Amino acid sequence: MSTAKAAASADRSATETSEQYLTFMLAGEEYGVDILRVQEIKGWDKVTRIPHTPGYVLGVINLRGAVVPILDLRRRFGLETIDFGPTTVVIVLRATSGRDERTVGVVVDAVSEVYNVDPADTKPPPDVCGGVDTVFVKALATIEEKMLILLDIDRLIGSSIADELLPAVVAA
Amino acid sequence: MTIDLEMAEIAKVFFQESREGLDAMESGLLTLGATADGESINTIFRAAHSIKGGSATFGFAEVATFTHGVETLLDEMRNKVRPITAEAVQTLLQACDCLREMIAATEAEQPLDQGRIASLNGDITQILGERPTEAHAAAPVAPAAAANSAGSAAASADGGTSGWRVIFEPVVDLLRLRNEPTRMFAELGRLGDFTAHADVSRLPALDALDPESCYLSWNIEIAGEIPRPKLDEVFDWVDSHCRLEFTPTGRAAPAAGAQPVAQPSAATAATPAESKAVPPAEAERSPAPAVAAVQKSAGESGSIRVATEKVDDIINLVGELLITQSMLSGFADGIDPNDLDRLRQGLSQLARNTRELQESVMQIRMLPISFAFNRFPRIVHDLSRKLDKKVELKLVGENTELDKTVLEKISDPLVHLVRNALDHGLETPERRLAAGKPETGTLELAAFHEGGNIIIEVRDDGGGLNKAKILQKARERSLVAPDQELTDEQIDNLIFMPGFSTADQISDVSGRGVGMDVVRRNINDLGGHVQISSKEGRGSTIRIRLPLTLAILDGQLVRVGKEVYIISLLAIVETIQVARERVNTLAGRTEVFRLRDEYLPVVKLCDQFGVEPDSRSAEDGLLVVVEADGKRAGVLVDDLLAQQQVVIKSLESNFKSVSGIAGATILGDGTVALIIDVPGLIRSVAAQSGAAAAHAA
Repeated sequence: MSTAKAAASADRSATETSEQYLTFMLAGEEYGVDILRVQEIKGWDKVTRIPHTPGYVLGVINLRGAVVPILDLRRRFGLETIDFGPTTVVIVLRATSGRDERTVGVVVDAVSEVYNVDPADTKPPPDVCGGVDTVFVKALATIEEKMLILLDIDRLIGSSIADELLPAVVAA
Repeated sequence: MTIDLEMAEIAKVFFQESREGLDAMESGLLTLGATADGESINTIFRAAHSIKGGSATFGFAEVATFTHGVETLLDEMRNKVRPITAEAVQTLLQACDCLREMIAATEAEQPLDQGRIASLNGDITQILGERPTEAHAAAPVAPAAAANSAGSAAASADGGTSGWRVIFEPVVDLLRLRNEPTRMFAELGRLGDFTAHADVSRLPALDALDPESCYLSWNIEIAGEIPRPKLDEVFDWVDSHCRLEFTPTGRAAPAAGAQPVAQPSAATAATPAESKAVPPAEAERSPAPAVAAVQKSAGESGSIRVATEKVDDIINLVGELLITQSMLSGFADGIDPNDLDRLRQGLSQLARNTRELQESVMQIRMLPISFAFNRFPRIVHDLSRKLDKKVELKLVGENTELDKTVLEKISDPLVHLVRNALDHGLETPERRLAAGKPETGTLELAAFHEGGNIIIEVRDDGGGLNKAKILQKARERSLVAPDQELTDEQIDNLIFMPGFSTADQISDVSGRGVGMDVVRRNINDLGGHVQISSKEGRGSTIRIRLPLTLAILDGQLVRVGKEVYIISLLAIVETIQVARERVNTLAGRTEVFRLRDEYLPVVKLCDQFGVEPDSRSAEDGLLVVVEADGKRAGVLVDDLLAQQQVVIKSLESNFKSVSGIAGATILGDGTVALIIDVPGLIRSVAAQSGAAAAHAA
């Protein structure tokens, strides 16, 4: 499933020039999100906790009048949690699911770079990784001998918030 | 493609205007019986005429044809050719309903209910067929002819004509309205040979001549046996922008002379149907012939149509402004003391301006409750006929304004309450007389403001609730324990319990036992409250209390541990400090406390929401007594903070709904606070204790 999707997106954008990705660090790994989906980057600030939500939903903040949920990506990916430090930032992303568009912030260790990634240079993630988080991975890219993990924002946010069903491949 | 889209857009306006027109017709028809003044029948006629014209323009032939029959009937009434009878009004009301359905079906591109249309058409034709004496001059109506495409008696009048004389006198603006007379002449040419004489008497001197104006009028003679509808079609686009006269030439001609006597106001027309060609503008011939506008001006009071989303956007912006302002005020408390006074002054001015701006923006969404009340004369009219009861409907406070969203959602519950009052509340005339009451019952719908809320009351002077019967039913269904003593008020309010109906017979008006609980739930969902009080033999009053708007809420800020939540003031009954001896435990875990003669469950917000509180025991905190769905509970909080108006923000727009939480808002310090969903909280607590009890058993 994810293979097909990655291939399709590679085909689609092959005619265009490279895509830009904002990358960030999470437990020593470098992840990338489509820069067109990034609304802003802001420092970590206090949130209002919401009852009856999973641990990775830290709460909601006031983003210029909008009530925006904040997710802890370390917890979402089941990584070890750390205390938020001076480099900790919130990346505010726009995700779509169906016709709805949501604005959601994700807490990451630090922002890193903006890279141009040629879709032709990306590889689908290997199917053998068993972790649930591979469904959020759109593709892997290699930049300057580093591996970038390109995330599928819609799937990540959709499944984290609306309990949208994960693809059957993963469930099995 | 773009034309299609544009047409669809225009058609949408037509559908909307038709609905408004139908509403106007309906309310006009309902007043017809009482006051037979010329203006109301004219209003009805104009509405029908606009619908006909519009539907023909958009090619909704069936709607146009049907309306034509209605219009013919109305026209005869308008011209006093035909008396206004109760049956005719009833038929016309049904025709309104039918038209409303036809328009809905047309808009949804669904098939029309042909059977109903045909039968109503038949009714109308039959009424038209009962020729009143004054109209003897017209040719007798042959049923077969009446059933033909025009569906009206008028069509049959032209059976014997051998030609028509048409006077076509367009308004000066005809060309600017994008109509082209030569095109119509070309179409006329297709119907038969004709000669047209141009009347140049209106032509001004050359220097005063505006090349885009139409000063000509025409006198047209067309030969051949042409049915009237064919001619109508040619002039369909322009018939409200010109004076049209059709006179059959040949043997039916004398009829033309006979009619005008009965129609002094309308321009001479051969048969009643034809005077529809005289637009309302004729009556209000203004120097600047803004014909299209005149037709609608009657019921409008300088209003504009604005999409709700646009208004919502402004409301959001204003809400933010309010937040910024209170953020600044908080900030001002901690800076340089020298400039402080001026800053404070500026801020208080900002605060005032913001509040005023917010109020006026909120006003945009406010509509008078008459939008909901207007349907009741019709409902009461129909139902009282059906139930054989005499009812006088009184509407009070129709201009009381409330938010559009609230208004839309309250309409259905109100209909239900009114139907109930008519069916169960008011008695038949005989029983009323026997009870020494006036034969005609009174049903009153009243709306008024009370302290930031709107109150709607449905009052009847009927039999009232039968308390003994209600209590018996409630005991039968184990809604009440056999030995439980209830106050009169508590008994009355039992009717809001799910599955409760005391109707001996199930009628199609009401009495299926679904309803009152749904009414209450709908009202609770709006953040409102409903209760009933009744005196046996004297009538009942149902009182609905609603917030004026769903966008803003009067909130009580409460603190639990380090978190702040908001409870709607509407839901709060009182707040008390509890003495230790008043708190008891039930089955070792559920805590209850005694408030006067009631035991209320204690809901610990800290446990519900997983917060670390200052103290877990009830006597250290405060109990906020809340009520929803007729159930009460005490919510344990650590402290009460300020009361303030808060702008309600949806959690769902970027997140999802969370149980126990109705929404969020932004406080003066810029942080988000969650608004507690009181009905939801009470429900979930009831479910939890139910589960606990089941577990224990």
